[in-house]
Amino acid sequence: MFDLFTDYTLRTVALGAGILGIVSGVLGSFTVLRQQSLLGDAISHAALPGIVLAFLLTGSNESLPLILGAGLAGWIGTLLVRAIVRNTRIKNDGALGLVLSVFFGVGLMLLTYSQSRPDASQAGLDKFLFGQAAALLRNDVITMAILGGVAIVVVGLFWKEFKLLSFDPEFGRVLGFRMGAIDVLLTTLVVIAIVIGLQTVGVVLMSAMVVAPGAAARQWTDRLGVMVCLSALFGALAGVTGALLSSTGARLPTGPMIVLSASVIVVVSLLVAPNRGLLWDRTRSRSSALPAEEVAS
Amino acid sequence: MAQAPATESLATGTDKGSAVSPSRPRDIAIEVMDLTAAYRDKPVLWDVDMSVPAGVLMAIVGPNGAGKTTLIKAILGLVDISAGRVLVGGKPYEQQRRRVAYVPQRGSVDWDFPTTVLDVVMMGRYGELGWIKRPGAREKQAAMEALDKVAMTDYAQRQISQLSGGQQQRVFLARSLVQDADVFLMDEPFQGVDATTERAIVTLLQELRDSGATVVCVHHDLQTVTEYFDWVTLLNVRRIASGPTRDVFTEENLRATYGGRMAWLKSASQTERSQD
Repeated sequence: MFDLFTDYTLRTVALGAGILGIVSGVLGSFTVLRQQSLLGDAISHAALPGIVLAFLLTGSNESLPLILGAGLAGWIGTLLVRAIVRNTRIKNDGALGLVLSVFFGVGLMLLTYSQSRPDASQAGLDKFLFGQAAALLRNDVITMAILGGVAIVVVGLFWKEFKLLSFDPEFGRVLGFRMGAIDVLLTTLVVIAIVIGLQTVGVVLMSAMVVAPGAAARQWTDRLGVMVCLSALFGALAGVTGALLSSTGARLPTGPMIVLSASVIVVVSLLVAPNRGLLWDRTRSRSSALPAEEVAS
Repeated sequence: MAQAPATESLATGTDKGSAVSPSRPRDIAIEVMDLTAAYRDKPVLWDVDMSVPAGVLMAIVGPNGAGKTTLIKAILGLVDISAGRVLVGGKPYEQQRRRVAYVPQRGSVDWDFPTTVLDVVMMGRYGELGWIKRPGAREKQAAMEALDKVAMTDYAQRQISQLSGGQQQRVFLARSLVQDADVFLMDEPFQGVDATTERAIVTLLQELRDSGATVVCVHHDLQTVTEYFDWVTLLNVRRIASGPTRDVFTEENLRATYGGRMAWLKSASQTERSQD
């Protein structure tokens, strides 16, 4: 562990994983509150064809074009989900499932095709499936930091609007806000949070990173601001821990290690968090159980 | 057979509604013309005309599925309408947003959301603030004053999941008060509140009316219509009747609104009340 301070590669890896944890933690809080956990899953899976296409078109192994491809595909995926829900009778979860499986299927097909090509540089592409933090370079981390920094600044600017969107979007429309535009903006930020983590965590498990930190943070606080900060902290903790575990020991894949670390945080939070934790269930007053039972007709 | 609304109680309603004197021409707060709205292929509102004079406290009454909520949401531009027009104060709603406050159904939001009472009430000021700007001292003061009006000052810093149904309703009312509007649209403001809160809310609504505001409530309890409201619209997909309570809230109109189910509905609403 002390290698963290001396080993340059390890430091890069830890920094990258920390950044992705912070950004996905911040945006994931809103995903959790809006009960859109499946959205992250759809975006990350939908990103795969974008990554491979970006590689096939540019022939580049650099992270920036691949991230852009991933982001574009993920973003198109979310717009498709919205269009399907609006124009057909398919409901949101069905639309998410459709987009997820179709995009991921196309992505796998393209991946297989690209790997059958003779040039060698595509070798790194399959790391996007399960993630490989060890492959992170200094430039990758800089890209992640810039994109993530922008996303967090935007969250700060539109804090009030995002809160309104998450709590009572219809009231927001009555107030005159264009809630559709706010929704697209927030979803775009979620796409950014996801794509900067894809190289490290992989498309298969990245969605866990936009759910787990937020779900854990929700257990500890009743304030949105505190929740978002805690979620960022938990995300960073999971990211760094997972990346270090995978880089040190026996060549464990990074994505699963990060997600496992996040899961530990979630389980602990679910059990022992004051008031909401399961272990506090017996002492919990009836106050928190009250509102759920009265649902409007 | 349930008792029809007694004409005596209708007569007492006229005193309260003295402001509704037909001799004085009044401004029209909300004008709904030929409004038709549909969910998929099924009409929810069919060719509804409704004219709400300024300064009345009006109930929208009708059976489940009559389109009461849809009517309010159509006025607010929250649902797509197939045909018709809505004017607020003589102008399209889009130009009059600031004048209209909205109290949605209590169950329409997640009360487990991590935020405080004060924070929710301040949301009523967001429209005035516009994009990006954060609420400050002025918004906080307005929210505290509104909380005072609904007797919830002590709860300002409470997490909203700790509130009872009646307290949630008061918070939503306070949020609409800070909107600084003169037209209030409320979706079942008495839903699931206790008798004390119901009285407090009625008093508040009547004070709003007396100060010149127009208040429109989706209302479920036929027993209290004459007591609480001076204006009423009976709705069942079509508008059955609309006007001063004493003229419109008649057995004949109720029968036309509820059909054969009226007797059953009245007894049902009585049991509902006794459960509260």
